[in-house]
Amino acid sequence: MRTTILFLFLALIVVAIIVALLRSRRISEKYAILWLGVGVIAIVLAAFPALLGYVARLVGVQVASNLLFALALILLLGVCIHLSLEVTRLEDRVRRLAEESALLRHALENPPGDETSGASEE
Amino acid sequence: MVDPDASPRTLVIIPAWNEGAVIGETLAELGSQHLAIDTLVVDDGSRDDTADIAQNSGVSVLRLPFNLGVGGALRAGFEYAHRNDYDQVLQLDADGQHDPRDIPRILEALGEADIAIGARFAGVGSYSAGASRRLMMGILARVISGLAHTRLTDVTSGFRAGNRRAIEQYRIHFPTEYLGDTVDSLVMAVRSGLTVTQVPVQMRQRQAGKPSTSPVKSVIYLGRSLLALLIALTRPTTPPKD
Repeated sequence: MRTTILFLFLALIVVAIIVALLRSRRISEKYAILWLGVGVIAIVLAAFPALLGYVARLVGVQVASNLLFALALILLLGVCIHLSLEVTRLEDRVRRLAEESALLRHALENPPGDETSGASEE
Repeated sequence: MVDPDASPRTLVIIPAWNEGAVIGETLAELGSQHLAIDTLVVDDGSRDDTADIAQNSGVSVLRLPFNLGVGGALRAGFEYAHRNDYDQVLQLDADGQHDPRDIPRILEALGEADIAIGARFAGVGSYSAGASRRLMMGILARVISGLAHTRLTDVTSGFRAGNRRAIEQYRIHFPTEYLGDTVDSLVMAVRSGLTVTQVPVQMRQRQAGKPSTSPVKSVIYLGRSLLALLIALTRPTTPPKD
């Protein structure tokens, strides 16, 4: 019973933190939804520990906690891959912006028709 | 200068990162060739005076706000070439290892292919490389030669020229990752249907900076080149538009 209260408490704190981050716009919704889902599942499992054992028997996992660990690992792996994808996409966008800013700066400093600039060696 | 209507407009792209010590000399040497070319230095977020030196030499300068790596710098250069409607581009190293006297021969080779590579080991000149690096270069050369249906001896050379088809392919697909500017870009170009040829050239000693030669770095180089090659070989391609 004591552990149930402890873990329920922890799960509630996690959800509270995510909601707080979401409210202050420090985390965008598309990332927050995943963590909120994780938090809710944690709350449910913490409140009803017997549920985990039931699900484990249902899928044929002998030790209930192993099911939890396996699911947690898969989830974290998925999150990491997702973050890598996002970082790559952001890097690509930043690179394009850098290119664009360099090209625009060049165009700004060398307006068309200005013969003294951007010319080749004669 | 030749009649501008008849001769193709050529842009020489020089990616430069902290090359303040040598860029002036490289540009002066290039200028002394009196070639009918425009020159673009892409300053890849240098902390020194590379961009100012280039600007004062009278060439065009693209100043990237931070370092993107050779691939990123070249990509910006290709985008510039595309927007300013150049017919052909030539990549030149800022450190003076490429001899500008070879430029006309490399550009001439664009008559027979979309991409022309100024290659070491092709009968002209001497170039020394570590054993493992040489082995890797040999493997890369063989694989890409097979793909391109032509004998290429130096696929890691950054001394290359490309025509409009190459510019179009580069600006969309030019990789920005490690070795992407040489191996990966070439594999992608060849697999997209562009033709490649090579011109024997002599490479000179780098004027500043020494290539690293420690055994650990060689192994890392080997691994990363193989990875770059394998990924490039399996990546989906899109054929170039004409």
